[in-house]
Amino acid sequence: MVAFWILSPIMVIAALGILFSRKAVHAALLLAVVMICLALLYAVQDAPFLFVVQIIVYTGAILMLFLFVLMLVGVDASDSIVETIKGQRLMAIVGGVFLGLLLVLGVGQVSLGSVAGLRAANRGGNVEGLAQLLFSKYIFAFEATSALLITAAIGAMVLAHRERLTPKATQADRAVQRMREYAERGVHLGPLPSPGVYARHNAVDTPALLPDGSPAEISVSRVLTVRGTMRSTPTADVDVLTGEIGDGTSNLPITGSGPRGGIDGDPSGRTPHGEDRTARHAHEHGEEA
Amino acid sequence: MSGSPFLILSALLFTIGCVGVLTRRNAIVVFMCVELMLNASNLALVTFARVDGNLDGQVAAFFVMVVAAAEVVVGLAIIMTIFRTRRSASVDDASLLKY
Repeated sequence: MVAFWILSPIMVIAALGILFSRKAVHAALLLAVVMICLALLYAVQDAPFLFVVQIIVYTGAILMLFLFVLMLVGVDASDSIVETIKGQRLMAIVGGVFLGLLLVLGVGQVSLGSVAGLRAANRGGNVEGLAQLLFSKYIFAFEATSALLITAAIGAMVLAHRERLTPKATQADRAVQRMREYAERGVHLGPLPSPGVYARHNAVDTPALLPDGSPAEISVSRVLTVRGTMRSTPTADVDVLTGEIGDGTSNLPITGSGPRGGIDGDPSGRTPHGEDRTARHAHEHGEEA
Repeated sequence: MSGSPFLILSALLFTIGCVGVLTRRNAIVVFMCVELMLNASNLALVTFARVDGNLDGQVAAFFVMVVAAAEVVVGLAIIMTIFRTRRSASVDDASLLKY
C-alpha cells in the first residue's frame, strides 16, 4: 500500500492546482495527473479493467475533448474577477471546508469491518466477472446506456451543427466576381505574383522585386503582412550580388562562405573579399570598355 | 489495507471539485471540476467493491464513466454553442436563456 501514500498527496495537490490555476490548459493537464493517479489506485484495488478504461476513456478521450474545446474557445479565456453574487466566493470556500470536514469526519468514524478482498470475485478473471454481472444482473442498465450514448452523440452533432446562411460560392461565382472587380476597380485579373523565393532569400516572407528594384508588397501573403513579419528588401541588393558572383561577362571564380560560393553567402558586403572583388570587377569592366 | 484512507481521499477530491464548481467562472474549468467529483465517487465505489468482496461496485463505477463520457460530449457541445453566440466561456455571461 505504498502506492496509496505516494499517489494521494500528488492527487490532492493536483486537484488543488485545478482550483487555483489561472489558465484552463493548466487545469486540464492537472486533471490528467489526477486521473492517471486514480487509474493507478484502481489497479492497486484489484480493478484492472477499470484501470484500463480510466486511462483510455478519461485520460485519452475525455481530456482530449476538453483540450480540443479549449483550443477552439481560446486558451486565454481566463476567469473574470467580478462576482455576480456578492460574497459568493467566500461563502463557497467556507461551505466547501465544512463539507470536507463533514465528509472526512463522517467517513473516518465509520468502521468498514474487515476487508473481504476481491480474490474470490476475481477468480475467473476481473473482466469475465464484470461481463457476467453486466450481461445478467445489469442488462437493462447496460441497454439504457447504449440509448444514452447514441442520444448524446446525436445531441452533440445537432448542437455543433451550423446552418449555412448564404449559398456556397462556386468557382464560376468567384470568376464572375473577379471580372466585376477588374471592370469596376481595375484589380489585376491574374494570379498574385509569387514572393521573392530564391531571388535573394529562400523564404516566402521576402517580397519579390519589381523591374525597377522596388519591392512588390502584393507578392507576400496577406497574413505575414498583418503579423508584421514581412522582411524588408535591402536596397541595392542586386548590384552587390552581381558584383559578388559576376554578371556573366567576366570569368571570375565564385568564392564565398556558403556551400555554393557567393550565392549562399551573405552578399551584403560582409564577405572578406567582397569589397576587393567588386573593385577588381569594376576595374575589369573598365578595361573592357 | 482498510478502505478508510481511500474513502477519505475520495471525500477530499469531491470537496475540492465541489468548491471548484462554486468558485470558478470559466465554464470549461467548472466542467473539469464536475469530472473531478465524478472521479472521486468512482474511487469510493471501487473501494467499496474491494471491501465488500463483490464486483457490483466496479460495475457501478463503469456506468458512471459511461454517463460521464456522454455528459462531457453534450456539455462541451453546449459550451461551444454558447461561445459561438457570445464569444465568451464565462458562466456569468450566460445568465439569460434568450438574447
